[in-house]
Amino acid sequence: MSKIYLDHASSMPMDARVFEFAKPYLMASHGNPSSLHSVGLQAKQAVEESRSKISEFIHAENESTIIFTGGATEANNLAVKGAALRNITAGKAVVASVIEHMSVLNPMKELQKNGFSVTFIPVDSTGIVDLKKLEGALTKNTVLTTVMYANNEIGTIEPIREISKIVHEKGLYLHVDAVAAAGRIPIDVQKDGIDLLTLSSNDLYGPQGAGALYIKPGVKIQSVLLGGGQERGLRSGTENVFGIVGMGEAAHIAQKEMNRESSRLLPIRDRLITEILKIDQSYLTGHPLQRLPHHASFRFSYIEGESILLNMDMYDIQVSTGSACSSKTLEPSHVLLAIGLKHEEAHGSMVLTIGRSTTMDDVEPVSKASNETVQRLRKMSPMSQEWRK
Amino acid sequence: MANVGYSKKVMEHFMHPRNVGVIENPDGYGKVGNPVCGDVMEIFITVKDDIITDIKFRTFGCGSAIATSSMVTEIAKGKHIDEALKITRGDVASELDGLPAQKMHCSNLAADALHEAIKDYKSKKQQK
Repeated sequence: MSKIYLDHASSMPMDARVFEFAKPYLMASHGNPSSLHSVGLQAKQAVEESRSKISEFIHAENESTIIFTGGATEANNLAVKGAALRNITAGKAVVASVIEHMSVLNPMKELQKNGFSVTFIPVDSTGIVDLKKLEGALTKNTVLTTVMYANNEIGTIEPIREISKIVHEKGLYLHVDAVAAAGRIPIDVQKDGIDLLTLSSNDLYGPQGAGALYIKPGVKIQSVLLGGGQERGLRSGTENVFGIVGMGEAAHIAQKEMNRESSRLLPIRDRLITEILKIDQSYLTGHPLQRLPHHASFRFSYIEGESILLNMDMYDIQVSTGSACSSKTLEPSHVLLAIGLKHEEAHGSMVLTIGRSTTMDDVEPVSKASNETVQRLRKMSPMSQEWRK
Repeated sequence: MANVGYSKKVMEHFMHPRNVGVIENPDGYGKVGNPVCGDVMEIFITVKDDIITDIKFRTFGCGSAIATSSMVTEIAKGKHIDEALKITRGDVASELDGLPAQKMHCSNLAADALHEAIKDYKSKKQQK
């Protein structure tokens, strides 16, 4: 049986067309965009073309709204710390949803240590941010609110336009981490009312090591990485030209193909969900409808996620889990705990994220492997025996 | 193939665990761990003349939790209970060609479960 890769939320393979397009910038066109000679100018031009593509991809006002970074973690750090510190005279309060990525939550906690008031907004059992609590948390001192477009672990899509309205009634800026959503659902930063938006190259089938932050014209932000002043002084350091050029092309392809691709993936995802939920004591995590078209996440009682991952890999099917045992911190996923799962329930999670290589033919072997995996592990588990008694 | 830093031997025991199951009316029974932490192990033993003649386990947990359970049953089977009590977590890990550092503590409770089972056997024996 050939490999079935269902962990697109962790990393996507680079699209062959992206590699072909960006390849010259690995070797032949090696210029530094800051150099004034012809080789440098060629690189600069390629970076600027990529900036235009990214800007079009999210329907930004113009290309100078886009700042390239070394990845989404860097873009999130720049957005959170850069906006909070730059606007400290306007207020020292920031707000985030409790299910944000660690690259948002940890900078928030650092701000908290440095005297900022930080409020984390809970979500309901489907992962939707509590809008009433959000409204209640905002004050005139709230300089930054950050809510992700969609969650990478449970696939839930947040009501960003409503959130934007609420935030802008009292607060200053809305930052949106769109890493999981971009390329899966349409994003329009102007219509959505977004001030800062994070993108990742690798989550668009682009090369690893590139990301971008959209900064709405007029939004005040400061650098968190000081140096030679590249990227309007907001992200110093020689540009990763290959990564940036690849990211631009990846966004361009995603923009052209998203509607068709998402309509292709949706019935595959739904079949997967239907088949896997036939397993006894299996549950969907996240929102049943407001969810990303490529995302199917589950939990199974009485078994543990790392074992699920390893067992699925025996069938050459690559999946992900929010189990503590698979994480560096040995804590279960904060997202699964936030939607109200108990620790022992959060341990038994399995996340499937399908992509361009996935076909309807994969559904049967994946469902079969999931069922056999759950049965095998439950047979070994003292928990399931207790339940049977 | 999966690689979370596990040795081939750990993966082999995970894929083909030895002595999985339950012994009805065991001479000794030990259970350790906590579902909240993500690891629960139980060990059942049959003992004749202080020799462990049969041993079974059931485990809820990650790859190393299952592999260490499997390994400890293999090491303990046929051993005198006094010898089996000397089996340490470290012995189990080294028999498996090592465990990733973050797994040494949390998912290496199998020796503890074995010791609990032997203690249970001993206390039952005293009561007789």
